Amino acid sequence: MTWPSRRRLVWLAVFIACLLPFASLVWAFFTDGLGSDPVETLIRSTGDWGIRFLVGGLMITPLRQIGWSAPARFRRMIGLYAFFYVCLHLTTYLVIDQGLDMPSIVGDILKRPYITIGMLAFVLLVPLAATSTAAMVRRLGGKRWIALHRLVYPIGMLAVAHYYLLVKADITWPLIYGTILAIGFAWRLKELARRRRQIVGANVARP
Amino acid sequence: MLIGKPSDIKPSEITPRDLYLGRRSFLAGAGALGLGAAFPAAAAPLTFTKSPLSTTGETLTPLKDITTYNNYYEFGTDKADPAKHAGKLKTTPWTVKIDGEVEKPADYALEDLLKPVALEERIYRLRCVEGWSMVIPWVGFPLSEVIKRAGPTSKAKFVEFTTLADKDQMWGLSLPYLAWPYREGLRMDEAMHPLTILAVGLYGETLPNQNGAPLRLVVPWKYGFKYAKSIVRIRFTETQPATAWNMANPEEYGFYSNVNPAVDHPRWSQARERRIGEFSRRPTLMFNGYADQVSSLYFGMDLKKYY
Repeated sequence: MTWPSRRRLVWLAVFIACLLPFASLVWAFFTDGLGSDPVETLIRSTGDWGIRFLVGGLMITPLRQIGWSAPARFRRMIGLYAFFYVCLHLTTYLVIDQGLDMPSIVGDILKRPYITIGMLAFVLLVPLAATSTAAMVRRLGGKRWIALHRLVYPIGMLAVAHYYLLVKADITWPLIYGTILAIGFAWRLKELARRRRQIVGANVARP
Repeated sequence: MLIGKPSDIKPSEITPRDLYLGRRSFLAGAGALGLGAAFPAAAAPLTFTKSPLSTTGETLTPLKDITTYNNYYEFGTDKADPAKHAGKLKTTPWTVKIDGEVEKPADYALEDLLKPVALEERIYRLRCVEGWSMVIPWVGFPLSEVIKRAGPTSKAKFVEFTTLADKDQMWGLSLPYLAWPYREGLRMDEAMHPLTILAVGLYGETLPNQNGAPLRLVVPWKYGFKYAKSIVRIRFTETQPATAWNMANPEEYGFYSNVNPAVDHPRWSQARERRIGEFSRRPTLMFNGYADQVSSLYFGMDLKKYY
């Protein structure tokens, strides 16, 4: 019998770990552990995990550049988990909270900025999830694929705005996620500027 | 091979027995403290009659939900925070200052304030501005009885209620979201309305701290944040008093804050609500279902303007 490689096992462990929040919600659902307003808890926690994976996924590149490259190979998995939790978040809102009452849902999307923004973030996330396979990268071509997947930056900002707009008073968590995103973006801009300088420097040095 | 591998922990490294036992008693002590926080001052049964003004035909929200799902920012902003932290609140002795435009301004010991009143059970719907609702069997008495006794002057047009603000007992006061102390207010006719009560209990026993012990306002046709908790001062004023949520966000929380499915919160719809214990939303009723009793108070008023 051949053992799976260590690399494969780590991958599996990360995959299962990312499913744990979902498993614990399912468990809580069936054991009456979701509190007095279970629907609110489901919407909130699936949204929380969606934004955590999204913001966390956006940190992978800056982390790699400062020398911690281990998470880089899980980038696609993290991104797809963000999509997974966002789908659960949206489904809970549409099916359980709203009971698929279409006039009410359409009204919400048109009238409530935080829902408009949340829906926009979801719609933008769909093509990214759909083009996450290696085959799709080949079909699109690397450059176009990268350009498309830059959408994740505005999606991250929309997600934080969505969260910020819905809280009644305590904006601690939206601010934390927003700050992490801002640090990540600032780092990227700095890196970009550094690389530009290098290229310019290289051009000047050319005889 | 793992089996039979000699232990590499020296006997000297093992925690001595007395220290180990000490740690256990410390943990037991911590456990007792934790329990103390979960079950603060034992609820005392109250003597009361059932009021004909109670709402009928509704299923009562379980006590557990009423006492663990609370907005009481003085004890933290999470719904579970008040049940965790309100055990610290000391509700005896308790003094209520009644002042402003009254003939007999005075500080009342809570017992003296309650002595002349007959307690009654009032079952009311509670609708939170956030879009959820409960049905609560309050025990209390009409606010009008306190007002009549205080003797407001002809200048008294509004009543202001102030919640205790004691940093030693309420850690949430260090949070910057509201201008402390928490204040709420009613127009005089709203305050005198027979449905408006001061509650001292629920489910037949004294109020749990997280529900606003020892004395809280209940105005069933208004959003829950109008129900000032742990009241230390009732002041009569000539002009409309400033209120906590209105100061924090005037576009979203008006002075009146009557439950109204036709006037949305700027960020979310108020047309429907989720009754705690149910899954999908149900329609919200005008004035929370008390329109027959209270709509005359607002005759001719533009409720979109005076939200």
